Amino acid sequence: MTNIPETGRSSRVTIRLVAIQILVLSLLLTLGGRLWYLQVRNGDEYQKEAKGNHVQQVVEPATRGSILDARGVPIADNETRLVVSASRTELMKQDDDGKAVLERLAKVLGMSPKTVREKVRLCDAKTPQPCWNGSPYQPIPVTDDAKPQQALQIRERSEDFPGITAEPEAVRRYPAPYGANTSQALGYLSPVTDEEIEKAKDTDSPFLASDEIGRNGLERSYDSQLRGSSGVTRYEVDNLGRVMGEAESDKARPGSNLVTSMDARVQAVAEKQLDKAMKDARKEFDKNTGRNYKADAGAVVVMENKTGRVVSMASNPEYDPNAWVGGISGKEYAKLTGKKSNYPLLNRAIQGLSAPGSVFKVISTTAAVKAGYPFNGRYDCSPSYKVGGQVFKNFESEGHGSINLGRALEVSCDTVFYDLAYKQWKKDGGNLPKKGAKDWFYRTAHDFGLGKKTGIDIPNEVEGRVPDRKWKKNYWEANKDAWCKQADNAKGRPSYAERIAKENCVSGMKMRAGDSVNYSIGQGDTLVTPIQMATIYGALGNGGTLYDPTLGKAVVSPDGDSVKEIKPHSHGKLPLGKKTLAQMDKALQGVATHGTAAWRFGEAGWPQDKIKMRAKTGTAEVAGKQTTSWLATYTDDFTVVMTISQGGTGSGASGPAVRKIYDAMYGVTKDGDIDKKKALLPKPETKLPKIDKDGTIVAQRDKQAEKPGDKPADASKSPSASPSGSPSASPPGESPRTRREAEAVRNEAEQQQRRRDGAQQVRDVRALAGGERP
Amino acid sequence: MSTRTFALGGYGPRRRSAWDRLTARDSIVWRLDWVIMLSGIALAVIGSLLVYSATRNRTELNQGDPRYFLVRHVISLGIGIALMIGTVWLGHRRLRSAVPVLYGITVLLAVCVLTPLGATINGSRAWLNLGGGFTVQPAEFIKITVILGMAMLLAAKVDAGDQEHPDHRTVLHALGLAALPIVVILAMPDLGSVMVLVIIVLAVLLASGASNRWVIGLCLAGAGGAVLVWALGLLDEYQINRFAAFANPALDPAGVGYNTNQARIAIGSGGLTGKGLFEGTQTTGQFVPEQQTDFVFTVAGEELGFVGGGLILVLLAVLIWRACRIARESTELYSTIIAAGVIAWFAFQAFENIGMTLGIMPVAGLPLPFVSYGGTSMFAVWIAVGLLQSIRTQRPIGV
Repeated sequence: MTNIPETGRSSRVTIRLVAIQILVLSLLLTLGGRLWYLQVRNGDEYQKEAKGNHVQQVVEPATRGSILDARGVPIADNETRLVVSASRTELMKQDDDGKAVLERLAKVLGMSPKTVREKVRLCDAKTPQPCWNGSPYQPIPVTDDAKPQQALQIRERSEDFPGITAEPEAVRRYPAPYGANTSQALGYLSPVTDEEIEKAKDTDSPFLASDEIGRNGLERSYDSQLRGSSGVTRYEVDNLGRVMGEAESDKARPGSNLVTSMDARVQAVAEKQLDKAMKDARKEFDKNTGRNYKADAGAVVVMENKTGRVVSMASNPEYDPNAWVGGISGKEYAKLTGKKSNYPLLNRAIQGLSAPGSVFKVISTTAAVKAGYPFNGRYDCSPSYKVGGQVFKNFESEGHGSINLGRALEVSCDTVFYDLAYKQWKKDGGNLPKKGAKDWFYRTAHDFGLGKKTGIDIPNEVEGRVPDRKWKKNYWEANKDAWCKQADNAKGRPSYAERIAKENCVSGMKMRAGDSVNYSIGQGDTLVTPIQMATIYGALGNGGTLYDPTLGKAVVSPDGDSVKEIKPHSHGKLPLGKKTLAQMDKALQGVATHGTAAWRFGEAGWPQDKIKMRAKTGTAEVAGKQTTSWLATYTDDFTVVMTISQGGTGSGASGPAVRKIYDAMYGVTKDGDIDKKKALLPKPETKLPKIDKDGTIVAQRDKQAEKPGDKPADASKSPSASPSGSPSASPPGESPRTRREAEAVRNEAEQQQRRRDGAQQVRDVRALAGGERP
Repeated sequence: MSTRTFALGGYGPRRRSAWDRLTARDSIVWRLDWVIMLSGIALAVIGSLLVYSATRNRTELNQGDPRYFLVRHVISLGIGIALMIGTVWLGHRRLRSAVPVLYGITVLLAVCVLTPLGATINGSRAWLNLGGGFTVQPAEFIKITVILGMAMLLAAKVDAGDQEHPDHRTVLHALGLAALPIVVILAMPDLGSVMVLVIIVLAVLLASGASNRWVIGLCLAGAGGAVLVWALGLLDEYQINRFAAFANPALDPAGVGYNTNQARIAIGSGGLTGKGLFEGTQTTGQFVPEQQTDFVFTVAGEELGFVGGGLILVLLAVLIWRACRIARESTELYSTIIAAGVIAWFAFQAFENIGMTLGIMPVAGLPLPFVSYGGTSMFAVWIAVGLLQSIRTQRPIGV
């Protein structure tokens, strides 16, 4: 203790001590630097990882809204199925990891315990199917086909079934009321793709792998409103995946219901009549081709004149929209998209293109008036017309002498329009077009809305084409190389095709006299869709306003509180004065009473004095194919346009069907009387269907369609249209248990009743639609 | 010490009470290094909060009492401080004569661990069951007795003024003294403690002024030993895995790399200011294993952020800085060596412990001095602080 050296330590030790000190502190400095790097520089990244670590999401699907017709009858709704699911989180809390519970469940469901266990186990590399592929926090469905009795057993003895739920779940369904498929207009749903799931992952409404979204038709265009938003419950979990608590959660919000302007009954008639017309056409012999008409496709549109609202839209060939429900099989998909079935997925009302034929003449008439030819002037309707060595003939080479434009419409005289178009063509400079050529015939077509979309509220509408100078030039530029090459390659005597190619190569950019003459009667390169023609004839019927056709009428929130009406929207006015419009209207009445369509209307018992019918027939020639039948008609309130590809003449092929549709709508009987009771839709449906306080949209059923002795013909509710899918409240005084039971029973009864109703109404409508009158 | 002479006189100053003696200007209390004291206590207090945060939800460990670990941690701290006071009271010089006995006892205890008396935790048999739920980890005390023993041997002749530096014979003796417990601990196997002991031996040799050849030789021997251990397969699989996971952290994040990966997520997600005490999701979700002991720093990182983690580092740095000053200012080699050993111990153990949570060191089972839960470690650390204080208080005044 006393032996303290006076000199202290050696310098070697001192130096080493300093070295140790520096070393030690630099170690701590290293730690500080690394800590800064992890926490401050890369903190965000790790925060994300930590979040992914401890938060697990359970997505609860939202019930998709229904699509209803104008009277509240569901045309797309949800079927309720009883789904029994098991929650692994709850099962794992049991002492035996839920083994006993699953065994009891198997007994109740009448399944083998092994099957149930397999369904509930999680998939991994070693586990063969069946196993659960989804999130372990998501309730795992054991069956979606439980009977109410089984569900009740599970619910009543909930203490025996911890973690097991039996809940009704919604599955999309297209009930086809009255037998109206409405397939193309409704569209379809198909499962989300991985990309879509990834994209929506961090949004407010993530997808489940089992989710479906609208791919076509109304299902697509109103998808965001119909879909609602799925609920997300976020659970905080620990390292073993045990749930520690619930983080912020969003409840599922069911989708809104869409009320359309369609009338399922009229739709049924339209579909039926279109199909019948096509079948009948196939029995007709075509003199030109020497075989029966093929009638390979057709479409019909029924529209309100004053709003542009579509009452009915049918496209043939059609398909059963329920084919998509629950996933479509490869075979069925091939069938729907194949050439053999002629692409039934196409909605020919908005996607079918063909030359308009004589229904185009309302445009030519307007163009003539615009160009300064008086409506009531005299024009020569000769049997044929010669332009530059080429002879253009009237239909069946008929002549009518000197007539005015109205009469030219009535008898559909081609030569009158040939002459007018040829004169205009010459005025505009002929083969050497003047600068600032008026091009009245083409300009008027554009003014009528041709060559562009009508703006209908379903996707994939096509534009059609007005073959004006601009189009000719573009078309020539796109094809001249091919044409010229073909012409150059010609050896010896050029074939017909080669001569055409040569001509096209040299002067294909030019608007020739023949083009213009042909164009004036709706033949040649002009392409239109039925919906475009419906828009035009509707405008003629409403005083000249071109409305965007709409199927959607109102979006009703699931609780019924918010009703957003989809207002009619116009995209232009017809370039017609009031006087000309009235003259044209009168001429089109003439078509129905003593013109080309008279044998289907005026001369076939149509009550023209009560319901003024206007019509225009069209028979468009298509190179290498049979003629396209067109019939465009309108009354004061409605427009009906029908077309049948390779179907024959306008009035011949489409006439009876259009007449039958009007008969059904107005209740016109065989002998030309009007039976108001039988009329399906004598006036446009202006009101929205009744919406109950709980948001249920009440379907209006026909009184007369009900047979005596059936259920009283009151307004029966459609449970599927209500947001929760729950039926109306039951009378008070019942105990919850029996009420549930009663509900289940009533559900079943109601469904059966609806099926019966549906079938009965189908029969009634069929009877109305003709064919098999009782 | 010589007040007795005046006590007989009637007017002389009264015999000073114990309190007076403690508070007098020349009292030992004034001479204590309070910076070290307060840094150590601050670390221990932060440690108790972290331990509480890490264990209050772990019902499977805390036997239903959220404060189970907190209470034990605070009691350990109390005992530790008492042990420090006892050490100061005894003084490191007076302990010199007891070193052989203490060394013998600790080595014996370590050997006992290898007998059925030992308890295996996390794959290493490093604990001694004392009964009544108490366990002790002799390796912690061996760190102290190895430092004391080597210091005694190496400084004996130098402090006596016979030599300027310890001769080869002495160094050899000292190394032999260290080798015996190292072999015993290697057999447990408690690799972390072996690593700390090797570093301590290195620092002790450096501070003793032993020839450079010894220092370099020892470094080479250490490296060779490591290769030998690897080659002979003396390591268990879990230890090899730890190194593999260190070399490649992305390796099997659910298995081998799990600890390091989750530890890094916990710390990284803390950001600048942390998620708040008791608010850490990684901590409450128990994603990081051994969070109250070896991985306690992850709680600080996650819940207190860079600010809290940095504070721990600063407190450790201040403490070690002051210890370095004590080492440099002590005038006898015996004290210098002890201080250097303690510095190496604290510094390396802290570096290894925090470094493994930050992914810059391989995982080894070592507690964070002052902060981690664990009685033996707490006791040993505070005894070591007692040694530092003793060196400071007993150095000749004026030097």
